[in-house]
Amino acid sequence: MTLPDPNRLIDELAEKIRPHFAPGTAMLGIHTGGVWVMDALAERLGGDIPRGELDIAFYRDDFSRIGLHPEAKPSSIPFEVEGRDILLVDDVLYTGRTIRAAMNLVFDYGRPASLKLAVLVDRGGRELPICAQYVGATLDLGRHIALLRDDGGRFDLMLKGETT
Amino acid sequence: MSANLQLTEDGRLRHLLTLEGLPQRILTQILDTAESFVSVGEREVKKVPLLRGKAVFNLFFENSTRTRTTFEIAAKRLSADVINLNIATSATNKGETLLDTVANLSAMQADMFVVRHASSGAPHLIARHVAPHISVVNAGDGRCAHPTQGLLDMYTIRHYKGGFHNLRVAIVGDVLHSRVARSQIHALTILGCPEVRVVAPRTLLPRDVESMGVHVHHKMATGIKDADVIIMLRLQNERMQGALLPSAGEYFKYWGLTEDKLKLARPDAIVMHPGPMNRGVEIDSGVADGKHSVILPQVTFGIAVRMAVMSMVAGSNT
Repeated sequence: MTLPDPNRLIDELAEKIRPHFAPGTAMLGIHTGGVWVMDALAERLGGDIPRGELDIAFYRDDFSRIGLHPEAKPSSIPFEVEGRDILLVDDVLYTGRTIRAAMNLVFDYGRPASLKLAVLVDRGGRELPICAQYVGATLDLGRHIALLRDDGGRFDLMLKGETT
Repeated sequence: MSANLQLTEDGRLRHLLTLEGLPQRILTQILDTAESFVSVGEREVKKVPLLRGKAVFNLFFENSTRTRTTFEIAAKRLSADVINLNIATSATNKGETLLDTVANLSAMQADMFVVRHASSGAPHLIARHVAPHISVVNAGDGRCAHPTQGLLDMYTIRHYKGGFHNLRVAIVGDVLHSRVARSQIHALTILGCPEVRVVAPRTLLPRDVESMGVHVHHKMATGIKDADVIIMLRLQNERMQGALLPSAGEYFKYWGLTEDKLKLARPDAIVMHPGPMNRGVEIDSGVADGKHSVILPQVTFGIAVRMAVMSMVAGSNT
């Protein structure tokens, strides 16, 4: 099966975001793929966009089943969350549980004026009432999909594992 | 059950009883995880929901303020329910055995015991007898180990020095009675520190100290010369039996860290102390409050390190 070119998807996603991207809006990328997409989007949108990184290891809802993720990284939000418009960015949207965790994490820093979500790929399969405002592509694959980035910053999409 | 009581079969941290024999990978994972928790302490809301619904029992059979408080803060920041037991006024005084006390608390749906005990090995004994879903964290046992203190000291060293591979670390003072020193020596060795010195009069060194892989110095001047890290130990008056020392004043003269002696160390040396300090006995006030001192950051880092340990052991029982 042919997958879309993620580099082109990021271009298109940036153009979908641009008309609604108010000055002062900040971006938060979710480790690891979400941070890559955020950086690529920020480059295309231009200007000096405040950016931060979220690691949701401490907010996962499966801790009691699988324990602590062995590579929990610090979250870093180098701007004031209180009262700010924030665009949350991730690579793949699936069950919605990661986004739930990320929202709880953001609110522990303060109360944003608004939170919106941009994802490169929406692969369906939601288990929570969450949807993205900006979507690069909707792919009904029934399989896990991963975003890869090479040393030169070029992106690739890869199907993973068995049919879910 | 794994050969090492502290690890699960797939190599995760199950209990934390001593640093001796733990793989470097586990120590590094604790320090890395703690680094993530440090940023949690700087936020508006200093809590994460990891241990929501879990009950952590602080079992302190021996007095402590700083350790018990930082364990309590750590557990609360992980959203656990914390129960502090003042054992001095409890059932053990009425004759209940340690294991009966633990069995009763387990029946109250405990998920974790943080144990301090004057007898070496008490936390190990408890760990061997608890139900599979319960974890034990040693908060200091006799002269044996104080692993979370050792870890927070490693965190502090890594924070200020970037690593362990080119360091000269001097541990000065009452090594004989110090479980902290023992845990520090094990941790430094595991993490690859090339030169660990113990600096003390003969009467305050354990007989087997060389076998731990340390360099022994009986003079302050040679012991702290060119050191990158100086760890001062508390003179443990309450553990002294018989006359190991002439007097506190005499001790300060020879073994107390003063500004003058500190000049022998490297100009960027850091001075650490596990607390509580005896000012004017093992450390001069000017040094304790001076620019080389990282004694208060040690306390702050202790919370993040304890959060890391508690979340790792609690997550291993899944």
